[in-house]
Amino acid sequence: MRSSSYISIYFDDEVPMLQAVKKLLDSKEKITDVLSPFPVHGLDEALSIKRSRIPIGGFIFGALGAILAFGFQAWVFTVSYPLIIGGKPFFSIPTFIPITFEMTVLFAGLSMVAAFLIKSRLKPDISFKPVDERITDDRFVILVDTADKESTLNRVKSLLSGIHTLEIR
Amino acid sequence: MLQSPLRTPLIEGKKTYRSITSDILNPMMNKAGKFWYLGMTIAGFAMLFGVFMIFWTVWQGIGTWGENRTVGWAFEITTFVWWIGIGHAGTFISAILLLFRQKWRNSINRSAEAMTIFAVICAALFPLIHLGRPLLTFFIFPYPNTRGLWVNFNSPLVWDVFAISTYFTISLVFWYVGLIPDIGTLRDKISKGLKKNIYNFLSFGWKGSARDWHRHKITSIMLAAIATPLVLSVHSIVSMDFASSIVPGWHTTIFPPYFVAGAIFSGFAMVQTLLIITRKAMGLEAYITESHVENMNKILIATGSIVALAYMTEMFMAWYSGVEYEHYAFMNRATGPYWWAYMIMIGCNVVSSQLLWIKKLRKSLVFTFFLSIVINIGMWFERFVIIVTSLHRDYLTSSWTMYKPTIVEFGLLIGTLGIFFTAFLLFIRIFPVISIFEVKSIMKTGDQH
Repeated sequence: MRSSSYISIYFDDEVPMLQAVKKLLDSKEKITDVLSPFPVHGLDEALSIKRSRIPIGGFIFGALGAILAFGFQAWVFTVSYPLIIGGKPFFSIPTFIPITFEMTVLFAGLSMVAAFLIKSRLKPDISFKPVDERITDDRFVILVDTADKESTLNRVKSLLSGIHTLEIR
Repeated sequence: MLQSPLRTPLIEGKKTYRSITSDILNPMMNKAGKFWYLGMTIAGFAMLFGVFMIFWTVWQGIGTWGENRTVGWAFEITTFVWWIGIGHAGTFISAILLLFRQKWRNSINRSAEAMTIFAVICAALFPLIHLGRPLLTFFIFPYPNTRGLWVNFNSPLVWDVFAISTYFTISLVFWYVGLIPDIGTLRDKISKGLKKNIYNFLSFGWKGSARDWHRHKITSIMLAAIATPLVLSVHSIVSMDFASSIVPGWHTTIFPPYFVAGAIFSGFAMVQTLLIITRKAMGLEAYITESHVENMNKILIATGSIVALAYMTEMFMAWYSGVEYEHYAFMNRATGPYWWAYMIMIGCNVVSSQLLWIKKLRKSLVFTFFLSIVINIGMWFERFVIIVTSLHRDYLTSSWTMYKPTIVEFGLLIGTLGIFFTAFLLFIRIFPVISIFEVKSIMKTGDQH
């Protein structure tokens, strides 16, 4: 991440950071990423991040779980091994509901977590190096993409002169 | 326009982002105190005692328990339901209170979720050894076998297996998803060494990117949304283990809501017990404040009152049904040979929790601590009363008998308490007990944004 084609702007609070994000975007700078110690309210809108489709994936897998669980129970009790248990009907929808529900939740939950980890490229990785070790504590960083570092640096510095920044490099 | 007054801050004192990090991490990164070692020693011995009793049970068979042909479920199923109930508060706090945007939950959700996981582990142990042959546990899962047989999907016991394993899995991933950013914080605070590598591995390469936060938020909300009905379903299904039978005193439709309310009641009591100790031991008084305790006490009154209402409804319905077996079951509960257990149940659950209407007591930490223990004793006896009094005298008078627990059974209860507290004490040394990033996100009140 820390290559020469980025400049990083450091803040110690989210309010000036949000102002800077708006200013940079207004003057058509390209923000690669914004790193923060906690989810900053209003940042999604400022960066116009599209609403994640994770819930849709969760719905699809949940539905799949429901169909599989219900279908399996129905198949077992009507086709594979119909067994009379207390004189109850073979195909009895109410008794299939609890397991169907549990499997729906299980499939939906696990699929959403998997989607989150995959989309955010999160995996156990012992060689991982953070951009800056203070980000998870109290630093807010805007990474701006640049082809010509020198000129972008000057441009950004003058653009953000009215905003409280800690460091621009 | 009507403006509501500014809320009082949810955490006390003037805090910066950095001081929040160090306040929460320092107690766990410094050397553990005397009380931690003392707690670990007691919990460790309790655990060893329990492990020995489990070994004894498996070696000798469940004949070492006091159960007999009439009372086939007693101490172990009581303790199983008790632990599952305790496990309900964690997901209630993290899921339902998240959906209701109760921001005060942010200081307590992490430890409550951890508590849930440990409680479910303790609970799952009981059905396992109750089978008598734990090695054959896999029989309860529907797997293809040469006999061509499947499990009985009509049976609530099979539903239970699915409900509890789903509940455990979802609680675990929910907890871990919430932990990832905080493990990242821990990783960045430790300068080097094996510890850093382990936390680096566990942090999944968390970097705090805006897009990751967005997905993290959506995933958490969605998990909360699906975990909410899950919490309610798990104890409902546990209650159906009883309610779908024909035993007088069990065969009632009130069981699912009654059990869920009781579960949240006892779960919150256990959260109170743990948090009052934790805040003192870890010096987190500014984060887990008196108002947190008071808020949880309000939930205790609400659920305690629901439980009280359920006791009365049960009594009323037994009379109103006109069924003589039901009449007898409930008269026997209150006035039969186990009257003392019934009295403990009423005293600990109904009478004591109503004291929380008094504001002074609700705000008192000492009172809350003792009350939370009393409530959990009461909730254990509630399950004991339901299970044992209904079974020991049912339709067939010739097989009426009494049940008396043995030392092995007490050992199992003490052992699971040992496992639970050992796990919790290890947890507070390994992971941040308070969700750091969530506390940072609620630090500022309205006017500062």
